[in-house]
Amino acid sequence: MSVLAGAALTGGTPLGHIPALVIPALGQTLLMVGIVMVVVVLVGTPLGVLLHNLAPGGLVERPGLHQVLGWTVSVGRSLPFLILMAALVPVTRVLTGTNIGIAAAVVPMSLAGIAFFARIVENSLRSVPPSHVRVAKASGASPLQIVTSVQLSEALPSILGGLTINVIAMIEYSAIAGTIGAGGIGYVAVTYGYQRFDHAVMLATILVLITLVALVQLTGDTAVRTATPHARRSRRMRRPSAESTTLPA
Amino acid sequence: MIQLRQLTKTYGEGPHRTTVLDHLDLTVDDREIAAVVGPSGAGKSTLAACVTLLEPPTSGSVVVGGRELSSLGERDLRDARRQIGTVFQSDGLLSRRTAAQNVELPLRYLGVTPADRRRRVAELLDRVGLSTRADHYPHQLSGGQRQRVGIARALALRPRVLLADEATSGLDPEATASVVRLLRDLRDDLGLSILFITHEMETVLDLADSAARLDHGRIVEQGRVVDLLRDPSSSLGRALLPRRAHAASAPGTTWSVSYAGADVPPDWLARVGTVLGVDLALLGASIGAVDGHTVGHATVAVPASTDPDALVRALAGLGLHARRTDAAHPPVRRVDAVLEPVA
Ligand SMILES: Nc1ncnc2c1ncn2[C@@H]1O[C@H](COP(=O)(O)OP(=O)(O)O)[C@@H](O)[C@H]1O
Ligand SMILES: [Mg+2]
Repeated sequence: MSVLAGAALTGGTPLGHIPALVIPALGQTLLMVGIVMVVVVLVGTPLGVLLHNLAPGGLVERPGLHQVLGWTVSVGRSLPFLILMAALVPVTRVLTGTNIGIAAAVVPMSLAGIAFFARIVENSLRSVPPSHVRVAKASGASPLQIVTSVQLSEALPSILGGLTINVIAMIEYSAIAGTIGAGGIGYVAVTYGYQRFDHAVMLATILVLITLVALVQLTGDTAVRTATPHARRSRRMRRPSAESTTLPA
Repeated sequence: MIQLRQLTKTYGEGPHRTTVLDHLDLTVDDREIAAVVGPSGAGKSTLAACVTLLEPPTSGSVVVGGRELSSLGERDLRDARRQIGTVFQSDGLLSRRTAAQNVELPLRYLGVTPADRRRRVAELLDRVGLSTRADHYPHQLSGGQRQRVGIARALALRPRVLLADEATSGLDPEATASVVRLLRDLRDDLGLSILFITHEMETVLDLADSAARLDHGRIVEQGRVVDLLRDPSSSLGRALLPRRAHAASAPGTTWSVSYAGADVPPDWLARVGTVLGVDLALLGASIGAVDGHTVGHATVAVPASTDPDALVRALAGLGLHARRTDAAHPPVRRVDAVLEPVA
């Protein structure tokens, strides 16, 4: 602590040292968010599919099970992340053997992210017209085939849009996790910017976060556009031929 | 062949229970195009859903191609559904797949190899006249083209039976005509039985061999289209070929004349005039061929001095049915009126 206080008195980190401070922190943030998002997509997608299809009108209606599942997810969604993180400390320690650092941050972040993403998937699937499901059933599709070829496939643009929001939320959570010593950009911002009033470092972390979020948003928007045929600028334009007026023989 | 016996479907429980299909009997023969018409809410879509068991019937039996469907488990049912091609009102094409990929789906579900899938899809798109549109996404196709892709998809697994629920509703007349022509060709070439559900009477006239009218969950009238049109007492016949308001009445009496026989001479108006020694005035007429048979009706004015019995006899001799429709005998003219249940 005396070292930190000493640094504060000497008046902040020299500009030249800031990259050495911020770049490894950015790497840690990316690592944290990356691990979390892999878990979130792998667990959140099936959970969202279940939420949608166990509900009345779904492929396998189980109203009771749906309620239990929905309620659990809602609990995960309703707790502020800071509180969830604190409440999960014992679980985190069992799972990772520690309650500080990146490994410890990944547990509460994943749980919050899974609940978030499950709702996003559920909501996206809800926007797929039920007539598509009827068509697939009439075509002899099994429930699993309907989930993959119709529900997830048609909802993909919407899911990608939601995934973008989810990634940005996880970047924010990683900053909060930084306050418990999880490392990353948030940790730098708290220890240098907040505790030492080091405005240069604070500003640098803000710029990095803004750029990161903007890049994620841009990537997400591009992905959504690519996945939506009618939003894509088609290179293969309609051929204005006489065939267009020919009727089937 | 489709056989529905005592098919009943109710929704809800206790006081909210509503009977949508009420002990309904209906048969569609091999190679037959059977139309089911009825006002909105009559239960037409429910009937379609029950035939493929997308909705389980409350009671009664559904036999398609000799197989009783209502007793099958989910897995056998999936298999049985493959023998029924279904065309829906909204084409139901997946927006992120091209025409070819949409048509391919039923083959994928079945586990057909990629090479066989490609061959079959090309064949099907050719069959519906859309080979040049294979790589187009649904939003790049017109309503009529999308519906034809939907028909190609329904045919993918070589069904014996085609079920169409409002397949032409919402299409413009030209697209409707192209779909109607395609369905007729499919029946002729592939020997399909087609159950064509619609609320559009004109399409029935162009397409169907037989028609049934569904009302309050029951078939209240059915028969061959030609027979219905020739039967002056058939309200379904009148609905299929509605009378429009005719020209202002001439002096004398007004008669509604309809083609009831098979060999009505085309010059019947002149002939009757000669026999009775009077001039008949033509106020309105709708006459045409349905499936090679001349059918239709006309409204004529006759001088008041003419003997009504002699007129009716003269017309009957030529295969025409006559009914007086001026003030003393108000005509049934409105189309909706004939959709009311017949007592
Ligand atoms: N899932 C359902 N639950 C309750 N009532 C339904 C359901 N589906 C249809 N109905 C009722 O059944 C009747 C017939 O509907 P439908 O078969 O769609 O008629 P149509 O296709 O002839 O317009 C309507 O009164 C409708 O409200
Ligand atoms: Mg309907």
